[in-house]
Amino acid sequence: MPAVSKGDGMRGLAVFISDIRNCKSKEAEIKRINKELANIRSKFKGDKALDGYSKKKYVCKLLFIFLLGHDIDFGHMEAVNLLSSNKYTEKQIGYLFISVLVNSNSELIRLINNAIKNDLSSRNPTFMCLALHCIANVGSREMAEAFAGEIPRILVAGDTMDSVKQSAALCLLRLYKASPDLVLMGEWTSRVVHLLNDQHMGVVTAAISLITCLSSKNPDEFKTCVSLAVSRLSRIVSSASTDLQDYTYYFVPAPWLSCKLLRLLQCYPPPEDGAVKGRLVECLETILNKAQEPPKSKKVQHSNAKNAILFEAISLIIHYDSEPNLLVRACNQLGQFLQHRETNLRYLALESMCTLASSEFSHEAVKTHIETVINALKTERDVSVRQRAADLLYAMCDRSNAKQIVAEMLSYLETADYSIREEMVLKVAILAEKYAVDYSWYVDTILNLIRIAGDYVSEEVWYRVIQIVINRDDVQGYAAKTVFEALQAPACHENMVKVGGYILGEFGNLIAGDPRSSPLVQFNLLHSKFHLCSVPTRALLLSAYIKFINLFPETKATIQEVLRSDSQIRNSDVELQQRAVEYLKLSSIASTDVLATVLEEMPPFPERESSILAKLKKKKGPGAVSVELEDGKERGELNGGGDRGGDAAIAASNASTPSPSADLLGLRSTAPASGATPSAGSLLVDVFSEAGPSATSAGVNDDGFLSSAPPTVASEDPAPPLPESDELLNKFVCKNNGVLFENQLLQIGIKSEYRQNLGRMYLFYGNKTSVQFVSFNTTVSCPGELQSQLNVQTKTVEPLVEGGAQVQQVINIECLTDFIDAPLLNIKFRYGGALQNISLKLPVTINKFFQPTEMAAADFFQRWKQLSQPQQEAQKIFKASHGMDTEVLKAKLLGLGTALLENVDPNPENYVCAGVIQTKAQQVGCLLRLEPNAQAQMYRLTLRSSKDTVSQRVCDLLAEQF
Amino acid sequence: LVATGVGAKTYRRIRFILIQNRAGKTRLAKWYMQFDDDEKQKLIEEVHAVVTVRDAKHTNFVEFRNFKIIYRRYAGLYFCICVDVTDNNLAYLEGIHNFVEVLNEYFHNVCELDLVFNFYKVYTVVDEMFLAGEIRETSQTKVLKQLLMLQSLE
Repeated sequence: MPAVSKGDGMRGLAVFISDIRNCKSKEAEIKRINKELANIRSKFKGDKALDGYSKKKYVCKLLFIFLLGHDIDFGHMEAVNLLSSNKYTEKQIGYLFISVLVNSNSELIRLINNAIKNDLSSRNPTFMCLALHCIANVGSREMAEAFAGEIPRILVAGDTMDSVKQSAALCLLRLYKASPDLVLMGEWTSRVVHLLNDQHMGVVTAAISLITCLSSKNPDEFKTCVSLAVSRLSRIVSSASTDLQDYTYYFVPAPWLSCKLLRLLQCYPPPEDGAVKGRLVECLETILNKAQEPPKSKKVQHSNAKNAILFEAISLIIHYDSEPNLLVRACNQLGQFLQHRETNLRYLALESMCTLASSEFSHEAVKTHIETVINALKTERDVSVRQRAADLLYAMCDRSNAKQIVAEMLSYLETADYSIREEMVLKVAILAEKYAVDYSWYVDTILNLIRIAGDYVSEEVWYRVIQIVINRDDVQGYAAKTVFEALQAPACHENMVKVGGYILGEFGNLIAGDPRSSPLVQFNLLHSKFHLCSVPTRALLLSAYIKFINLFPETKATIQEVLRSDSQIRNSDVELQQRAVEYLKLSSIASTDVLATVLEEMPPFPERESSILAKLKKKKGPGAVSVELEDGKERGELNGGGDRGGDAAIAASNASTPSPSADLLGLRSTAPASGATPSAGSLLVDVFSEAGPSATSAGVNDDGFLSSAPPTVASEDPAPPLPESDELLNKFVCKNNGVLFENQLLQIGIKSEYRQNLGRMYLFYGNKTSVQFVSFNTTVSCPGELQSQLNVQTKTVEPLVEGGAQVQQVINIECLTDFIDAPLLNIKFRYGGALQNISLKLPVTINKFFQPTEMAAADFFQRWKQLSQPQQEAQKIFKASHGMDTEVLKAKLLGLGTALLENVDPNPENYVCAGVIQTKAQQVGCLLRLEPNAQAQMYRLTLRSSKDTVSQRVCDLLAEQF
Repeated sequence: LVATGVGAKTYRRIRFILIQNRAGKTRLAKWYMQFDDDEKQKLIEEVHAVVTVRDAKHTNFVEFRNFKIIYRRYAGLYFCICVDVTDNNLAYLEGIHNFVEVLNEYFHNVCELDLVFNFYKVYTVVDEMFLAGEIRETSQTKVLKQLLMLQSLE
C-alpha cells in the first residue's frame, strides 16, 4: 500500500481505505462504513478531548466516506476546529473538508470566515495560500462580502510572496465572477494591470486570467494592458527555447502564458498605436514562421504546445480580420494540417478554417482546399471530424462551387450519422436555394433530399419548395414532371407524397397532355399512396383531389366515388370526414364558375418585410458562415425579387407556414400563408410594448433580473435548469408578462392569460444575433408528480430562427389539481455550430388560477375561523427585501390574483385578500393576511385555505415577493 | 454591446476536472461551478459514457452539452477537463499532461492506487496548478518545489 509504505500519511486512514477496497460486496462496504461512522461519532462525542492528529484523521475519513457517495451529517465543527490549528497538515484537511462539503452553506461559512481572516493576516505564505484557495473554491457571496476588500491589497502589496500573489489573483477572479458588485478594482486597476510585467512568470500566468476577465467587462479601464501584453508576448516569442527555463515546456517557451496573452488581446480591437501594432504583427508572423520550422522534438507534447499557440494566434488574426497577409498565411498553415496524421490537428484545422471562410480576405484561400475537405467528409472515422468537414463545406460554399458541394453533401447524407442528418438536410436546403441558378436544379435537389433523408426533412423545407414552385411559373411544369416521376417509386417518403399531392393538385394540368401522365393516371398514382399516409397527409390529398375535379372534369366521377366511400365520409377523424363531406357537396352543387373561383391556383406567397429588415441588419457574426459573402451582390433571384435573399425568404416561410392541419390549398381562406401571421404580428407588438417599459423600470426597482444577471449565464450552464430559474419564477408570481430570460443570443418574452383552471401562455423567442439559429427546438415537460397535476400542451416551433427574427410558441395549460413544481422549458438550438441548451422553469404557479372573491368583513372573519385547523394555516415572518410602499404592495397582492378586501382588517396598515383557486379536481378557497411592520421592516404573512398544500405553497410564493 | 460580445468569447474557465478509471470509478472530481450532488453524479456518468467509447483514432475532444471535454487516457485512467467550446483544445490537452507529469514525479511513478490512498494530497496538487477554473502555475519545477516544501511541514 503506497501510502502506508511512505510512512507520511495517517495509518488509520490507510487501513480504513484498504478495508473498504477489500469489501466483497456493496453491503459489506456499507457495513464497514457504518461501523466507522459510529466509531468517529463516539470519538467526537466522547469526554476526552481529541488531539489534533486524531481529529485530522477522523475528519479525513469522513471526507473519504463522503467521496464514496455517502451523506455526512456531522464532523463539520471538528473540521472548523482544525482551521485554527497551527499545523499545516491539520489546517489543510480542515480546509479541504470545507471546500469539498460546503456547497456555500452559509451557516458554516460564517464560522470559518474568522479562521480565514486569521490565516490571511498571518503573514505565513502557506497559511495564506490555504485560506485563499478555500475562498477560491467556495466563492460564496458571504466570502465576497468579507474579503473582497482585503484580497486586492494582498495581491498588489510589495512584500507579498509570489505564490500568494498567484492565489490572490485567481481568488479575486472567482469572487468577481460570483459577485461582481462587491469587487471594486478602482484604485488598484493600474497596479493589477502592471502585474503583466512581473518578473515571476507564474504570477503573470495567474494575474492575466484576472485581467482578461476584468478587461472583457470594462475594456476601457483596462486598455493599458494591450501594450503591456504585446511586449510580454514579444519577449516570450522571440526567446530561445531554453531561455525561460522553468517555463519552457518540451522546447516551447511558456506555451500557456502565450495562449493567455493572445486571448487577452482578443478582448480588444487591433492596437491603434502603430509601434505596438507593428510589434504584435511581428509576433504573429514569428509564430506562423515557427510552425514551418523543423520540430525541436518528435514528442507530441512539443508539437501540441507549439500548435496551441499557433491556433490561438490564428484566433486573434481572425478576430482582427484586418491583415489579409496574415489571414492567407493562417489559411495555408491550416491547409497543411488538413492532411496531418494527427486526428486532433485535422479536427482543429477544419474548425478554425470555418471561421476563416467568413473573412473576405481568406474566403478564396479556404476554397482551394475543397477536395481535401470533401475527402475528409467521406473518410474520417470520428464523426465529430466529419461534422466539422460538413460545417466547413457549408461555410466555403458560394455560387462557384455550390453544385459540387451540394452534390457531395447529398451523397454523404445517404450514409451520414443519424445525429447530424437533420442539420445536414437544412444546410443542403439552404445552399440549394441560395445558390440556385436554375430552378430545376433546386427542385431536383430538394426532391433528392426528401428521397434520401425524408425523415429528417422538416416542414419548412418542403413548404419552401412549394412556395418557390408557386411563385415561379417557369419551374412549375418541371416540378410537376419530376414529382410525378418520383412518386413512381414503390416506396416513397410521406413528405414526397405531400409535395407530390400539392404540386400535382396545382400544376398537374401542365403534364396532363402526355398520356403516360394523364389526369386519371396522376390521380391513381396519388391515391395508391393514400392509405399508407398519416391524417395530415390524407387531408392534404383530399384537397388535391378536389383541385383535380376543377382541373380535370373527367376525373369528377372517380373522385366523387372516393369521397363518398365510407372510409372517407364516415372517417373517425373529424378533419378528414369534414373535408370529404364538404368537398363532395362542393363538387356536386357548385357551378363550374364557382368551382373555378374557389379552387383557383394559389396566389404567390407574400414575403414579410420584417425579415428583409432583419437581413439588412445582417452583419458578420461570430459564427457567421461564408454564404453571406455574396449577400447583396448577385443572388437570391429564386423567389422573384433580385434583392431578396434566401435567408429572408426562408424566414418568411417560417413565419408564414401554416400548421400541418391548416388547409394548404387555401380553401377556407384565400391566402393561408397570411392567415397565421396577423395575430402573431400583433402579439409581437404587444409583447414588445409591454416588455419595453417593464424592462426599464426593472433596472431601477425590485426586478433585478435584467440588470444584474451576468450576460453569459446561459452558456455557463448545461441542461439542468439554470440556477436562477427559481428566482425567475418568482419574478412572475405577481405578473403575467415580461422578459423571462435573456442572454447574448436569445431573448424570451412571455405573455400569459388565465381563466378559471385554464391558461394560455405565449412565448416569444427572439434571436438577438445576426446569425440564424438552426435545429431550434423547444420542449415543455412536467417533471415527476407535476405530470398528473398539470396538463400542458404545446405546438412545435419552426427549427430555423433567422438573425433578428422572433418566433412565437403557444402553450395551453390546464390545472388538474394543486401543484408545487413548475413545468420545465428546454430550449436547444445550434448557433454557429455550437449546441445551445438552456433549461428554465416556466412561470406557471398555483396562484395563476386564483379567482378573486369579494366579501364583507363579517364573512371574512367567519370563514377565517372555519379554517382554524393548524394544517390549514401557513405563516411566515420575514424581513422586507424591498421598500414597503403601500401602492406597490397593493399592486402585488392584486397581481397575485386575489381580491384585496378594503375595510376588513381593524388595523388599516394590514392587508387581507380572498380568492378561490380553480383546479379541475376541486376549488380551494384561500384567505390571506399580510401584516407589515414598517418600523422593524418585517412582514407577517398568514395564509388559510381548505387544503394544507395550497396554504403552504401560496405562502412560500408570496413571501418571496416583498 | 460590442464589448460584451467580445467578452463572452474570452470569458471562460474550466468547469470541472475528472479523473476516472475505465470502470467509471471516480478518482478525482474537482468542480469549478455549482452543481448539486445529483447533477455531479449525472455528469460523472455522462462523461464516462462519452469518453470510454472513443479510441486512438478519435480526437481528444468531445462535445459535451454546451461545453467540450478535453481528455487523455493514461493506462486505465481518463483525465478529463471540461471547458467552453471556444477554448483552446491543445493548451488544455497539454495542461493535462503537465499535471500528470507532476503527479508522476510527486508520487514516484504514479499509479491509480496512489490517487486512492492519497486523495487529500491530490487536491493540493490540483490547487497548485489550477485555481478558480484557471491555470495557476505551469512550471513543474516550481510546483514540485512547493509540494516538497508542504510535504516537509507537520
